[in-house]
Parts: sequence; C-alpha cells; structure tokens
Amino acid sequence: MDHAAIIARLRAYDPDAVLGDREFRGQLSVAIRPEAIVRIAQFLYDDPELSYQFLENLCAVDYLGRNPRFEVVYHLLSFTRRHRLCLTVGLPEQAPAVASLTAIWPTANYQEREAYDLFGITFVGHPSLERILMPEDWQGHPLRKDVPLGGEEVAFTFNQARIDARKPYARD
Amino acid sequence: MGLEQKAGDLGIVTTSLETVVNWSRSNAMWPLLFGLACCAIEMMGSQSANYDLSRFGMEINRASPRQADLMIVAGRVSRKMAPVVRRLYDQMSDPKWVIAMGDCAACGGVFNNYAIVQGVDEVVPVDVYVAGCPPRPEALIDGIVQLHAKVQRMKLDGSIRQPVRV
Repeated sequence: MDHAAIIARLRAYDPDAVLGDREFRGQLSVAIRPEAIVRIAQFLYDDPELSYQFLENLCAVDYLGRNPRFEVVYHLLSFTRRHRLCLTVGLPEQAPAVASLTAIWPTANYQEREAYDLFGITFVGHPSLERILMPEDWQGHPLRKDVPLGGEEVAFTFNQARIDARKPYARD
Repeated sequence: MGLEQKAGDLGIVTTSLETVVNWSRSNAMWPLLFGLACCAIEMMGSQSANYDLSRFGMEINRASPRQADLMIVAGRVSRKMAPVVRRLYDQMSDPKWVIAMGDCAACGGVFNNYAIVQGVDEVVPVDVYVAGCPPRPEALIDGIVQLHAKVQRMKLDGSIRQPVRV
C-alpha cells in the first residue's frame, strides 16, 4: 500500500485519533492522540490490509521548550505487506505517561523500559517498569535536555591541582 | 652462567628473604582479566603468539579473583560496573596490584559524562597507568614490566623502596 492509502485507512478507522501526518524523504509519520494509542496500535496489528506485525523501534525525544515537550516514537514494519509506518505521540512536561504496548508487541517491553530509564516517561500497564541501563539507585533521567552532561572538568596545567585535590581516590 | 655454576658444589646461595619473596611474586604474577571494552582486544593480543606475555610468567589469565594477584582493568568503567570492580578487587588475596590499561580506565578518556567513572582510581588503588587508546600490546607489556620492577623494590612491610638515583 502506498502512503495515501495507509493514511486514508487509518483516518477511516478513527478520524479523531489522528492529529496529523507528514511525509519526509519517503517516510510516513503520523501524530496520534496519546489516549488512542492502544486502540490504533491494535488496529494496525489486526487489520489484514495493514498488518504491522513488528515494532522495529520505540524511543523517546525531548523537545525542550516546546509543548508538548516529550514525544514517543514508534516505528512499525509489516513483513507481509512490506510497508512501514512511524507513529508519534506527544506528551506533556508534567508527569508524561502513555499506555504500554507490550500486550500487542512484546518487543516494546525493553524499549519502553529504556525510555522510562532515560527520559522518565511512564508506560501505564507495563509488566515491570524498572530501570534497564542506569543503576537502580540512580537519581533523575540522564537523557533529558535539562540534565547536565556530568563528568568532570577538563584538566589543564592551571587547574590540575584543584581537580586532583577534589578527586576521590580509592584506598585499600 | 647459571645459578649452579655460581653456587658450585655447595648447594648454597646467600641472599635476603626480601629478594626471594619479591622474585617469586614478580615472576609468577597471575592476572585477573577484566576486559570491559576495546582495550580487552589488545590485552588478548598481548597474550597471543606474536607478543607472548608468558615470557614474563603471566600466561594464566584467571576469571577468578581468588587465584589472581594482578587486576588489569582494560576499558571504560561505567558507574553501574564500578561496584563490581571494587567487589572483585576486595575478593583478591593480598598482595594485589592493579593496572589501569588505556585512557578510559586511567582518566575517563573521551567519555567525560555522567555514565563513566572518571578514572578507575576512584574505585580501586592503581599501581601502573598505561596510556593509549587503546595501548598496543608492547605498551601493556611495558606496563607489566614496570610493575615487576615496582614489586622488586617492595619491602616486607609493604612499603616501596625508592629507586636509587645515580
């Protein structure tokens, strides 16, 4: 199916859920209302014309200063129909939360945990929403744009002694 | 000229206990392999036939800390890995030494960010730093030989005798 047919079929199913669509370099991306994501995903999975069997990728983006600030991006692939689709869901700055898609695509499990770990987006209905990359006791979500990069000051001759005095050296 | 010729028929050689202890420690040092990143490939390369680390009595790389007395931290240490490094160091039996192999283990390298420990010396005390990204096997072997020289200068109470400057 070409992009026009895909978006027409999606709009025919639920015109209210689709907020807009955009084509860039031959890739179709559709903005979805956050409350409707499970219903839309189930339709895309079940529909025999679309039949997106595989969730290729799930990630989050932080557009700091924009409203909605966060965006969760889903890349779908249909093996049988040989077409792709990108879904985006905008989420607010305060308590970003979206429904989990692990019931439809099991591959969403670890990727939603990663988005939770690094961006602090809650996936409602996830079987075990825990940190996956950072240590369990880590404070904050490091890939947010307002979190400092961390690390330490770069040492030159003029500040080397100061950095050295501050550095916590281990002992036996 | 070997030891037999020097000792003659007596079967006796006079030396200090310190020298014998240091000689035995430095010539059969068993490393704990701690390959964390690309430096581990060079560490493997230094044990291969071309470089042959076993010339220096180090052919047995152990994955078990109980049987090792040298830890070669090869690669960047993430904050999540740091407790594991320290626990394995604590499990090694005394005396024990640490080589920080490569820029990342020595000072964080190019990874100056939240996820990487800025030098493994924040976690375990380091004896020898080997620079390079990654260091060639010759550099690692040189670091190990430097460590051998350091062990040879150890006193029995654990302190280090400073090298004689001439």
